[in-house]
Amino acid sequence: MRNALGSVDTVLLLGGRSEIGLAIVERLVRRGARRVVLAARGAATPGGAAPAAGDVLSTAVAQLERLGAEVHVLDFDAARPETHAALIEEAAAKVGDLDVVIPAFGVLGSQAVYDADPVAAARDVAVNFGGHVSIGLAAARRLREQGHGTLVVLSSVAGVRVRKANFVYGSAKAGLDGFAQGLADALHGSGARVVVVRPGFVIGRMTRGMTPAPMAVTAAEVADAVVEALDTRKGTVWVPARLRLAFAVMRLLPRPLWRRLPR
Amino acid sequence: MTLLTGWGRTAPTRATVARPRTAGEAAELVATAGRRGVVARGLGRAYGDAAQNAGGLVLDCTALEPSWHVDATGLVTASAGISLHDLMTALIPRGWFVPVTPGTRHITVGGAVAADVHGKNHHVDSSFGAHLRSLRLLTADGAVRTLGPGDDLFWATVGGMGLTGVIVEATFQCVPIETAWMRVDVERTRDLDHTLETMAAADGGHRYTVAWIDLLARGRRMGRGVLTRGDHAAPGDLPARARGNPLAFAPRPLLSAPPWVPGGLLNRATVRAFNAAWYGKAPAAPRRVVQGIAPFFHPLDGVDGWNRMYGPRGFVQYQFVVPFGAEDTLRRVVERLSGAGVVSFLTVLKRFGAGTPGMLSFPMPGWTLALDIPAGQRGLAAMLTEFDGWVAAAGGRLYLAKDSRMSAATMAATYPRLAEWREIRRGADPDGVFVSDLARRLRLC
Repeated sequence: MRNALGSVDTVLLLGGRSEIGLAIVERLVRRGARRVVLAARGAATPGGAAPAAGDVLSTAVAQLERLGAEVHVLDFDAARPETHAALIEEAAAKVGDLDVVIPAFGVLGSQAVYDADPVAAARDVAVNFGGHVSIGLAAARRLREQGHGTLVVLSSVAGVRVRKANFVYGSAKAGLDGFAQGLADALHGSGARVVVVRPGFVIGRMTRGMTPAPMAVTAAEVADAVVEALDTRKGTVWVPARLRLAFAVMRLLPRPLWRRLPR
Repeated sequence: MTLLTGWGRTAPTRATVARPRTAGEAAELVATAGRRGVVARGLGRAYGDAAQNAGGLVLDCTALEPSWHVDATGLVTASAGISLHDLMTALIPRGWFVPVTPGTRHITVGGAVAADVHGKNHHVDSSFGAHLRSLRLLTADGAVRTLGPGDDLFWATVGGMGLTGVIVEATFQCVPIETAWMRVDVERTRDLDHTLETMAAADGGHRYTVAWIDLLARGRRMGRGVLTRGDHAAPGDLPARARGNPLAFAPRPLLSAPPWVPGGLLNRATVRAFNAAWYGKAPAAPRRVVQGIAPFFHPLDGVDGWNRMYGPRGFVQYQFVVPFGAEDTLRRVVERLSGAGVVSFLTVLKRFGAGTPGMLSFPMPGWTLALDIPAGQRGLAAMLTEFDGWVAAAGGRLYLAKDSRMSAATMAATYPRLAEWREIRRGADPDGVFVSDLARRLRLC
């Protein structure tokens, strides 16, 4: 259960290797969360083989355990929506009520590759949008039943106004952002809630080799903002906060100008 | 479906609320509780999540067979949903007073038992459970059991936060009074040492004692306060106008907090101003006054919905007890709070006497300090967690009816009879039908 000062007991991270996701989980554990489920691709085979040493996942497990959490690892494939409802139930069976659910999986392919390979584009959209829809709905059903809990949706400013430089990724995020807002409204009054997070360019593993955009942030900064939002009743978080104002303006830019943006 | 919170208005969760009128109706509802279980709720004065049950069923017991009876010796049998306010309104004119009252009259008899509430007379009279002669408890099997102090389940229920079943009725001994007035000695203290010394020296001299502490006072004034000690007044103590009808009792709220108050109204500046005025108003040397029962015991009941004054984020109550001899822990907490300038609108210090055999009952011989703090204060969570460690190390604990934020680990470390309580609870409720947000948060069941 969430306590009066925003500290939670259980956390489910989907995309158990995500930098932002793990940064959020680490902060929640430092503030008192004691039971964590990391759901990740290839985390555990039916035979029970644990992830190899040196894998981001096993490092994360060790670190969270050092901080005092009980950590469970579940195998999870964002591209297989038919498994998602069962996964949510399995996580709840391990740790009880889910206080915070964080779907943090996603792929950032280049627009040039997508232009050449429409199938790859569709596959990535299925993960970045479709996977979040099936996980989000399954999680929402569970949170509604519990009468409490928070779903953290990692949207992006890329979806606030889609740019030609990455419009496949951006359109998936635009879909996700709309989904999250609709879900937040649907859950209003249910005891459960949704926090929509809109980071700008996040410097990290996912964007390695790319030149950071203006107002770039780190995974740690995103995580700090998310944890702060969990304390309050905020429904939308921009990271950094000034992106909110920047995008209020950018949304109004005329199309001819917008399409000339270099990136 | 309703969003419920405790009196502190933090951490809302949703539950289905039903309002049974008879024990039979309550039993039917308990039988239909799904896998999210059920818990009874009274007037919602527990500060945290004790009477919430996310996703499950909450029984509003305030309409449950409203009846009460008092015999010639002051033995009262009352249904659990009756408030102490209603009981007092009926009993005081007949010359009886409840054995224990907390700082509000707006709690139910069931809540008083479930939290084993204490009052300003704890050092003399212990807590509510000590005056309880029998209980009727609706258990998970649908039966209504009559329990007495010889039963383990009785002492698992006294202080058991509603997790053994639905308390339907309680029988307890009231105390005779001659007037509805209190003879009160008021005195202010210079600093924490002076506060502690004066309170220790005064133990037993009065039936009711409590000290209010000015937490924003620093330096050599740290821990200064106003000590109030009282006894039920005799007719001869009363002002002439009250002597005609010495047992008249008809309190009304004087004010009502508006339905919506912005956050931050109770801030360092306003609380400092209040504290200075309150301290300044109290006499330096002991002075005797005659006061009504309501302003003496329940000053906050004068403001309807006072919990709204903390704004939309709500507030937390932090109340701990440490055994006598652990005054250093108390001092460290006061120093730290005072140093950090924590805004606590009402800080109250009290000496506890003997506890009851209630397994999860809070009071034990020692010092208890209660604070209420707006939930939005920066660094509050970490500071209170640090205090939890100090309190646990000193052999103390936190009050479940006030708690809204301690960890399951702190609970397990500070309530040594938790395992015994679980065992008895499992006997009465093997399928875990009775559950609350507090029980989930603290992993009680």
